Amino acid sequence: MTIVGVLYVILAAMLVWSIIHGQKVIRTERTDAVFGNPIRTMGGWHWVICGVSSLMLFWLTFSWDAGKAFFPEAANELCQVAKLNRAVKPIRSAYPLDNRYLLSTRLLERDFKQIDLLYVRLSGGDFNSEDRAELNDIINLMRDALAAQADSKFISPDTEGRFKEIADRINRVADDLLDEGYPGPADPQLLQEALAQPGWGESSTEIPPLPKSDRGRGFDAAAVVMEQIAKDYGKIRNDSPHITSMIEEIKSRIDGFVIDDSGSEHTIERRAELLKQIEKISKRVDDLKIFPAQITDDVEAALVNLENAMDTRQGPLKMIDTWAMPGGSILAGNNACSEQGSGRWLPKPSDTLATFLHMANPNQGYKGFPLLWFKMKPVAEMVGFLTPDWITVLIPGDHARHNDLGQIEPSFKDKVYNIATSNFNSFSVPVPTGHIWDSIMRVLAGLFLGILLGVPLGIFMGLSRFVKGFFDPLIELYRPIPPLAWAPLILTIFGIQDDGKIFLLFMVAFAIMVISARTGATGTQLSKIHAAHSLGASNRQIIRQVILPNSLPEILTGIRISIGVCWGTLVAAEMLAGTTGIGFVENVARKQSDYEIIWMTIIVMGLLGLIFDVIMRFVIDKAIPWRGKG
Amino acid sequence: MSDLVATNLDMVFSLPDETTVHALKDVNFTLKKGELLAVLGPSGCGKTTLLNIIAGFLHPTGGSIKLGGKIIEEPGVDRGMVFQQGALFEWLTVADNVNFGLRMKNAEQSEIVEKVEEWLEIVGLQGFGDTPTYQLSGGMQQRVALARCLINNPDLILMDEPLGALDALTREKMQSLVLKIWKETGKTIMIITHSVEEALLLGERLFVMAPRPGRLHKEYQLPFSEMGLTGDPRDIKNDDRFVETKEEILEMIWNMEEEIMGKVESN
Repeated sequence: MTIVGVLYVILAAMLVWSIIHGQKVIRTERTDAVFGNPIRTMGGWHWVICGVSSLMLFWLTFSWDAGKAFFPEAANELCQVAKLNRAVKPIRSAYPLDNRYLLSTRLLERDFKQIDLLYVRLSGGDFNSEDRAELNDIINLMRDALAAQADSKFISPDTEGRFKEIADRINRVADDLLDEGYPGPADPQLLQEALAQPGWGESSTEIPPLPKSDRGRGFDAAAVVMEQIAKDYGKIRNDSPHITSMIEEIKSRIDGFVIDDSGSEHTIERRAELLKQIEKISKRVDDLKIFPAQITDDVEAALVNLENAMDTRQGPLKMIDTWAMPGGSILAGNNACSEQGSGRWLPKPSDTLATFLHMANPNQGYKGFPLLWFKMKPVAEMVGFLTPDWITVLIPGDHARHNDLGQIEPSFKDKVYNIATSNFNSFSVPVPTGHIWDSIMRVLAGLFLGILLGVPLGIFMGLSRFVKGFFDPLIELYRPIPPLAWAPLILTIFGIQDDGKIFLLFMVAFAIMVISARTGATGTQLSKIHAAHSLGASNRQIIRQVILPNSLPEILTGIRISIGVCWGTLVAAEMLAGTTGIGFVENVARKQSDYEIIWMTIIVMGLLGLIFDVIMRFVIDKAIPWRGKG
Repeated sequence: MSDLVATNLDMVFSLPDETTVHALKDVNFTLKKGELLAVLGPSGCGKTTLLNIIAGFLHPTGGSIKLGGKIIEEPGVDRGMVFQQGALFEWLTVADNVNFGLRMKNAEQSEIVEKVEEWLEIVGLQGFGDTPTYQLSGGMQQRVALARCLINNPDLILMDEPLGALDALTREKMQSLVLKIWKETGKTIMIITHSVEEALLLGERLFVMAPRPGRLHKEYQLPFSEMGLTGDPRDIKNDDRFVETKEEILEMIWNMEEEIMGKVESN
């Protein structure tokens, strides 16, 4: 059994255990009789196991990963079944097995409707009475020809025989399928070739088509025979002499009809148009694909017979198809078979993990950039980045000039300039890099700026009528705008690099931080401020020592919310533009319909969000233990 | 010379709906240094307004109030306050709450440590310095609030129903503590209370205030606080004079409230 199989069994066992354990706990631990007691929701980690294993089992099942693990050979056999289904499809679709109505019934209904329309158009008055009578006759004839095809009186014995023959041949295929020995011993060379094929999902050919098992060869051989039967069935025409003579007459009368070219250009055009319609429908009548209903009974019975035989021969395969490959089935194409259903957009966990491990390899990465890794960066670069170049201007003295010997003796100003522009030798330190790191840094940068500016403004808005009144309209006006609505503007102003994204995130975090800091500041109890005043605190000290710590719970909650919203906005912003970041990865994968990478990025985002939130919960517990107890 | 002198204090609040409330009218009194004044009265008689004016949180609309000859303009360290709910800074430890005032004026670290020790001992909280305040019981929180106020060495201590939220037993203990501190430090104390019994037990002087407009209705000079320093408070409570005064004041306040209700009903 594969790793996935073992995992599946373990997950199933965990699911069962957690439910049993949970029931036991409920029975032994009746802590409350009142609904709504918050203590009821405490603890219960076994339900976490229950939830996680349910989710994983669902994923494994609906992505067919479990089916692949437990029945690795089933896909190849189902591929052969799919081939036979595909071969019989042209015949089956003419019968009320896959469709609601018989094909002949559908054709008749359609053609009669068209003919009725022709009558209506003919009465429009574009023709003189003589021509109209002639055309009316032709349409009547077409109607009769259609009706004659549906009439068992006019069917030729030959056609009847061909239907019987097709039914016999289908029945023979059904009998063959029921015979375990069919189609005889395998050709050793073909068998070797089939066994040499890669397994299910191991190559770009999803399910290699050559049959490996005896059962598979049975369906494969039946499919070949069936294809021929379907071809022959397609050639059957309802061409009894009575009907063909009617068709001949219709043709000759249409050919003999001459369009009257008197009257306006418009009228002549309309006459030609109607004649064209009549000709078109006469060609449909000429298809001769309509048969009396009774004559098809044998074939329909044979098809049902075949279906039963297929079910019998499939045996457990049928069950595997239903339970291990839910939400779809395996379909046969020209050169390969493929999974159709949830397996298409829900990749297998094992494949997703493999893709992730492949991309997590720093030498591989995605689009030439690792997911999360480090690179050696000289300290000089960082010093140069942090030191603004204009510092050189503040240094007294001049830049060096060459002397008579052509030597250049760098001045102190030059040395500072070299430092500011990273132009010096230094050792390197490892610095994180990669798509994930870029995304995290953008979020943290936007969040940091938002806190740095938002918290002071929020607190002053909570304290001063002027600051509140002045900034309120500004903030309340821009806050409800979805951040992505700004994206086009911001990308134009700041470009597609980090600046624009960080500014976008700053805007998101800023509004949330202002509001939460403001709520915190206005929520300070007056008696605490009075107490601080009478203890001799100055205004500045009251802000620092009383209002700020008092707003801390709201500020931290604001940060927690900001992180979530920033993260969502960032991914969307990265989808718009840019060349790195987890949102960029998903956007490229989206264009290529690479569902494994799409799911991988979704899971990475979810996990990162979870990590951020867990960290914030920890910080909140540590920083404001008095919350709710004051 | 640090007497508290109120002359013709007047306080009128203007409400947003154009009506006015006369919270205080013609309040005159002098509180000598070292006196313990209790203020009683029905709800809405301006007790808290008076306290807030003395603390400097409100400006009277008429008259003046002076402490030690200086007009009170704004809050200051010479007047310490103790609030009903303690108003402790719950993000700080007991010690950091107590030394808040010292830290605000950037006192020496050694002085801070020494004084905190001293005051924690006086209020009976030795060894609780590092405890977070949110873990303390109500009575202990009020002890912290007392210490926090007293460490600044104020001339006048203002207490706004400081024991109102405590259970009966804790309340009695805290009353003795207040008396003890008053005796030992010789501070001027003004205490607002709802409880007639508490006012009689603690107050050396007692003002009964009347509402609409808020004014001083009657003043008493009481012996019970002196007795409480030495005797058992339960004996005092059974004293004939104590019971008699208590009944008198209770009836007075009862009548005031009846009168208010009557006014409301006749409206």
